[in-house]
Formats: sequence, C-alpha cells, structure tokens
Amino acid sequence: MSLAERLMDSSLMRRNNALRSFTVAAWLGWQIESNWADPFLFAIYSIARPVASVMILVVMYSVITNGALDQPIFAYVYLGNALYILVGQVITGVSWVVIDDREHYRVAKQLFTMPMNHALYLLGRGVARLLIGTISLIIVVGFGMIVYKIPISAATIDWPVFLASMALGITTLAALGLILGALTMMMARHFWVLGEAVAGALYLFCGAIFPLETLPAWLRVVGFAFPVTYWLEVTRRALLGPDAVGFPTLVWLSDKQLLLILVGSALLMVIGSMSFYRWAVYRAKDKGILDMETSY
Amino acid sequence: MNDEGRVRKATGFRLFWITLWARAYPRIVGTTREKSWIFFDTLLPVMGTTAYIFLYRALNAPPDYVGFVVVGGAMTAFWINVLWSMASQLYWDKDAGNLELYVLSPGPLMAILAGMSVGGLVMTGARAAAILTVCSLLFNVTYQINSLPMLVLVFVITMAALYGMGMVLASIFLATGREAWHLSNLLQEPIYLASGFYFPIKAMGFWVATAASILPLTLGLDAIRQLLFAAGPSLGFLSVKAELAILSVLAVVFIAGAYVSLYKMEEIGRRQGRLIERRR
Repeated sequence: MSLAERLMDSSLMRRNNALRSFTVAAWLGWQIESNWADPFLFAIYSIARPVASVMILVVMYSVITNGALDQPIFAYVYLGNALYILVGQVITGVSWVVIDDREHYRVAKQLFTMPMNHALYLLGRGVARLLIGTISLIIVVGFGMIVYKIPISAATIDWPVFLASMALGITTLAALGLILGALTMMMARHFWVLGEAVAGALYLFCGAIFPLETLPAWLRVVGFAFPVTYWLEVTRRALLGPDAVGFPTLVWLSDKQLLLILVGSALLMVIGSMSFYRWAVYRAKDKGILDMETSY
Repeated sequence: MNDEGRVRKATGFRLFWITLWARAYPRIVGTTREKSWIFFDTLLPVMGTTAYIFLYRALNAPPDYVGFVVVGGAMTAFWINVLWSMASQLYWDKDAGNLELYVLSPGPLMAILAGMSVGGLVMTGARAAAILTVCSLLFNVTYQINSLPMLVLVFVITMAALYGMGMVLASIFLATGREAWHLSNLLQEPIYLASGFYFPIKAMGFWVATAASILPLTLGLDAIRQLLFAAGPSLGFLSVKAELAILSVLAVVFIAGAYVSLYKMEEIGRRQGRLIERRR
C-alpha cells in the first residue's frame, strides 16, 4: 500500500469530510497538472513562463536605465514581479477548476452528487498550481540572487514576518480564487479569460513593479483596497531586510501594522468568499446552469 | 440549386472559397452580435498592458516607449488569437466533436484553417483596434507615420506570416493531444519576451534578435514601430525594407509548411486511428 493510499485510508481522513475533500483534490490536481508529460518537460513548462515574465521586466528596466540593475530599487521591483507569480497561479488555479470540470472533463454533475465539500475541493485542486508557483518563485528569486545580485540571504530574512505574510497572502489569494470560481459557475461566456484578466488588473493596482504614486490619485484608492498591495510590501520588506530601499507608498506603516491589515483582510476575504460561493452555487442550481456545457 | 432543383456541388477552388468563408463567418458575425467582448477582451487585457506603461513612466522613459507598449499590447491580441484560436483550435474541435464533421465534409481542412485565420484576423483586428484606440487616448500617444502604404503592407505581410505560422502550429498541436493546452500556455510570456512586445527587440542583442526573427511578430512589430514613432528608426533592429523582405519569405514558408504539415498529420492520424480520438 502506497503512502498516499495509507493516508487516505486513515481514520482521520475517513471521519473528516472536509480534510478528505481537500487532500484528495490536492492529489488529483497534482496528477492532472503533472502527468501529461515527462518530468523534464514539465519542469521546463513550469519554469519558462514565470522566468520569461520576469525577464520582460528586467529588459524593460535595463533599456531605460542603461543596464543599471545594481540600483537598490531594482531588487524591490524584481521581487515584486517574482512574488506576483503566486497571484496568477493561485487565483487561476482555484477558479480554473470549475471550467476544467464543467467544460473539459464534464463531471460537474457527478462532483456535486458526491459526499464531499465542494468549496474545499476547489481549494484543494488549486494546491497543485500553488506548488508549481512556489517552485517557479524559488527559481526566479534564486536566478535573481545569482545573476542580478538581489541582496537576499537566510541571515537577513525576517522569517516570522515572512512566513506569516506568506500564509496570510496565500489565504487571501485562495479566497479570491474561490470568488472567481463561484463567478465562473454563473458565466456562460468569457470565463476563460476571467482569472488571467483579474490577475492582470491586480498587477496594475497593487504596486508590484512601480509605486502607487505613479497612478492617478483616483486609481490609487483601488490599490489601497486590495490586500495584495500590503502582502507584496510586507513580504518584500521581510526578504530584503529593514535597510532595503523600497517604494514610498506604505512607508508610514510598520511591519506589524501591515500584518494586522493582512489578518483583517484575509478574514474578510475568507468569510466573503465562502458566502459568495454558497450564494453562487444556490443561484446556479436555481437557474439549472450548474453543469451546463457551453462549448464557448 | 440549378433549374432542375438539383444541388450544384462546389468543387475545386469554389469549394475552397466557400469552406473558407463558412468557417470565417461565425467569428466575424460573433464580433458584431455579442458585444461583451469589448469589456472582457479589450478593457481587462488593457490593464495588464497599462502596468508596463506605468513602469516606463516611473522610470522616466522617453514618451515613445509608452507608444511601444501600446502597439505591443495591441499586437498581443493577435498572438493570443493565433495560440488559442488557431493553434489549439483543431484540438478544441476534436474535443467538442467538430473535427470529425470537418473530416467527413467535402471541404478541405486547409480551407477550414484559412477560414479560421480570416475570421480570427477580423475578430482580433477589432480587439486590437479597440486596445490601440483606448490606450492611445488614455496615454496621449503621439504617432509620426513615415509611410502609410508601407505600414499597411508590413501589417498585412506580418499577419500572413503569423497566421501561416498559426496553421502550422494547429497541425502540430493536433498531434500533441492534451499537451496542446500546455504548449499554448508555454508560448505566451516567452514569446512576449523573445518578440519584444514591450521593448525594442534591439535591446536583446543581435544574436537573440536574429534567432527571434523566426517569429513573424518580432520583425513585424519592429518594422511597425519604426514606421509609427519618431524614435522608431533609431531603435530598429534592421531596416524596414529588410524586415519586410524577411517577413515575405516567412509568410510563404509558413503557409506552404502549413499545407504540408496539415496533410502529413492528417495522414498519420488516419493511419494510427487517432485523428478524432478524444482520450488524449
């Protein structure tokens, strides 16, 4: 009996429906994401896209600054872009499951008749993308440390703040993914672009690669309303250390205050996303569109 | 129908032509019937592109760089269309059960691909024009067109080469099964980087830019920028005439390659009994 089988057969798993739904979905998600190719090809696929997206930024920065990649602010911009890999992966990772099950595998009906927690199933399926995103993030940051001398070292990282911010940030992103998944249940058109479009929109507002001060004043408000803005700020501070040069936008907030904001926003997002998800499922059932195959 | 009430069957070029327009029709008509694309396919993607514009602004880049991003952002619509609505389309059609209908119908597959190209070009042209207009107005982009006929010619040849490449990819993706999905994903950001969607390709260095020139959008974008912006010629990779000549060769090679690869893949698929198999 394999380790996975033993885990699934444990009494804890049998008793706890939520845990079982999440774990099995995570395993299933990983199988779907990874079993289409040999590991080498899969690794290239997982790495090439995020590395390319970071390199676009590096070239843009280099073109304008005549290759002054040793400027302190570059590390901040680079890390913002690298961390942003997780935003796209987690948001689309969770929301895409609805499309995959409904349109591609056509099993939405079967899934809703199974004895499982469907919301946790969606979140579990997103774990595979989170893993891929984390590996990509580590590679991109490592690449930056070696090639562009991004000043990160294990000794200077504020580990408690870093770990807390990552946990809160990922929770918030997963909740956002669940909201998009719930929206997808009610959409017959354009659902393909929803995840990536929202991730693209957040990229503009959250100060990942430029300070919010660059945006017109009326647009900055949007940035301040998104938890991702605070997550990127506190994570960059934790990674680069207290003396690092950063954007001026949130200098008036301490790390603790940023973490408190993140705790509050994560709570709000989790409660809001679960409520919205329940409403969306109810509405989709009411309209008879829960298992519609649009072929759009 | 003729006078005796019998169906007049189209053959040869007429069949090709009719098939082409039949496949292009839903894409062209869809653009006018369903207006929600204006929000989802224009305004939402604009936000991602806009982030790069603000980055250039934050770095105090010359104004023409903003224009470079706007044009690059508009051209991403074509690349996305080629990837997801050309290269992956036969795979989607196989999944939805349409491919077997295509194969059973007398219409040539090449005409179906050409129809997808024409329809996609019209559909995406509308999206690209919308992105270009919105961004140009929002960011006060100043264009200095050197030669309008040359600009139109470069654009047409670039599109011919690009959609020819899309047709080649369609037959390859059909053979790769569900890896097609991952291949399309893989070919997004790396191509944005290699083709210089958001910066002049010259910045990548001579050899990288030369290697990237196999992608029609690399030289197409570079030539279009040279013809559209005051700073364009000084930041261009090759002269516009040289780029146009290379693009013309690419267009011929890709369209001929599409013809060969499509029939080769179809033949292999028929022999192995996997042409319309949906498990892969």
